[in-house]
Amino acid sequence: MVRKGILVLFVALLAASLASCTPPSENSGDSGGGGGAAPTGGSSGASSGGEPIKFGVYGDLTGDTATFGQSMKKGVDLAAEELNQKPPLGRTVEIRMEDDGGKSEQAVSVVTKLLTEGKVHAVIGEVASTNSLAAAPQCQKEKIPMVTPASTNPQVTEVGDYIFRICFIDPFQGSVMAKFAVNSLKKKTAGILYDQKSDYSKGLAQFFKATFTQLGGQVVAEATYSKGDTDFNAQLNAIKGHNPGVLFVPGYYTEVGTIARQARDQGIAAPLLGGDGWDSPKLFEGAGDKLEGCYFSNHYSSESKDERVVKFIDAFKKKYSGEVPDAMAALSYDTTMILADAIQRAGGTDAAKLREALAGTKEFKGVTGAITIDDKRNATKPAVVLRIEGQAFKYVETVVP
Amino acid sequence: MQGFFQNLVLGIQLGAVYAMIAVGYTMVYGVLRLINFAHGDVYMVGAYVGLTLSSRVGLAFTRTPGGFALLFVATLVICALLGLLIERLAYRPLRTAPRITALITAIGVSLLLEALALAIWGPAPRFFPTLFDLPTQNVAGLELNGKYLVILLVSLILMIILWAVVTQTRVGKAMRAVAYDRDAAALMGINVNRIIGFTFALGSMLAAAGLLVSALLNYKIDPYAGVFPGLKAFVAAVLGGIGNIPGAVVGGLVMGVAETFVASSAYSNWRDAIAFVLLIGILICRPAGLLGRATVEKV
Repeated sequence: MVRKGILVLFVALLAASLASCTPPSENSGDSGGGGGAAPTGGSSGASSGGEPIKFGVYGDLTGDTATFGQSMKKGVDLAAEELNQKPPLGRTVEIRMEDDGGKSEQAVSVVTKLLTEGKVHAVIGEVASTNSLAAAPQCQKEKIPMVTPASTNPQVTEVGDYIFRICFIDPFQGSVMAKFAVNSLKKKTAGILYDQKSDYSKGLAQFFKATFTQLGGQVVAEATYSKGDTDFNAQLNAIKGHNPGVLFVPGYYTEVGTIARQARDQGIAAPLLGGDGWDSPKLFEGAGDKLEGCYFSNHYSSESKDERVVKFIDAFKKKYSGEVPDAMAALSYDTTMILADAIQRAGGTDAAKLREALAGTKEFKGVTGAITIDDKRNATKPAVVLRIEGQAFKYVETVVP
Repeated sequence: MQGFFQNLVLGIQLGAVYAMIAVGYTMVYGVLRLINFAHGDVYMVGAYVGLTLSSRVGLAFTRTPGGFALLFVATLVICALLGLLIERLAYRPLRTAPRITALITAIGVSLLLEALALAIWGPAPRFFPTLFDLPTQNVAGLELNGKYLVILLVSLILMIILWAVVTQTRVGKAMRAVAYDRDAAALMGINVNRIIGFTFALGSMLAAAGLLVSALLNYKIDPYAGVFPGLKAFVAAVLGGIGNIPGAVVGGLVMGVAETFVASSAYSNWRDAIAFVLLIGILICRPAGLLGRATVEKV
């Protein structure tokens, strides 16, 4: 009898432990006051009915460029909270975020998880082009629309007709900085130091060089590094020998900080130029005051007086204890809003119809500007050039494609 | 030509750092015949400890040369204690176990330290604030940042002290005796446990170079910051002939210079591969390393 009792107890324990390991991170953009969307079953009581709209988000919440993923999450969560005050088609929006640690292999596996286990209606992500490129084929295969907020490498949307982006692409971004260097800074020579493991960095370097040379400038030195490197002295030393007027460093903020300091240590005084990968609240943690007077291109400026931007920044600051949103947060917010808009126009979450609606997005008024999706599923948008002053980003000019 | 000499100096400076870590590997190997894979992670812990200490005592204090020196000494002591602790808890209980057991334990300790650093300091990289900007020195036509000279000088002084301890003192003599024949040394009245503990402390102390490098050179620290320097220093130790202290120094310098020249050339993405190409090349020609002596393994 005793033995039987133990057996029953054991089975009960086993059942309990199995029950408790249902999917973990199904939490969502529910951080708002209204109780939000409880996972699965909870939605039926909340609004007029219908299955919730599920967005899967993947990005790097941990790792070298973790502010990208963290900003994405904040932007998407804020958008979901606003949407759920008046749910599109009467269906609440649920967000499921997965951390890929900034690694492309992991991006593939978490996206597969979102698609198969999460049964999401659309995928949002990633910031880094290399990771978007790795995961996009999964979405294309499953025919679930994927919208990247910030991957600028041209190849990303070339993966297939279900892959979209709401930002400009690198041929444009690279040319912006090249034109800026020649026309505004009046520099004739440039050095380039780029990350040869990053599709984003490689692409920008290539397009910068093309435009810079076309405008009569000369790229006098080129060197490469790999993500995760901490010692750039040898490359900088090689570049220094050619004494370039500007140094183009199209990398991510983690490495840029160290590069800036080591460049100054070496006595390189030329201004550093970069792309949207510089934009992070953590840029100055790495760079200190060594980036003063340097410039980079970005998707929006938080100094803009546009009514939409001001409203977004206020809401963001209110939700995240005074933090000023970076471009990744603004783009992720826009991505979520565009998806919701497309679902409304499609009249539901049917993947094929949603894809059609997304492709037909015209003049959507977003925080980062008016967004029109072209026939290559890219957005044509202006870029802004920002100057670093007193460890803050100052608006310099807007460049229209 | 000037670029060549500038690269050479950069390489020697990087090599001096590798040499410091490599000496730690080689000393422990010399007395215990154990490759202490956790050594690279002690380097990482040293950097984190330095950063934490400097933010505790305040930046203004760390910015003074005396303050920084004090911080460095404190980090040296903490790294030495950590080495002692690792030896006491992980390796001493396995002193009589087969060598492969100790080796696997070393890998375990390495992973443990990385996981601990992840838990304590988090996965996001941390950065050292700029402590001081030393003026660029013009030495014989070469423009050199003062920081490189500091690193070079400190590593040189530390290695000279170490060499003096090993060759000139009674403890050093005891260390060499234990390395030569542990049982015979014990019979002569040498406290083998204490000597081995001392070796670990001394070797780990040099891993505090991690602080120097991350505070003055690389600025960035993350929980895996010790993996690559550790691996390269290990290669340096093997290159020079493992167990041989001058060999580790030579190996470190060779590695540093080779890496810098590769990184500044058009093949900069080969910089990490060069370490292993060098290793294979030299071991084919000289299986015992540059300064190592071939010994016959007793069976």
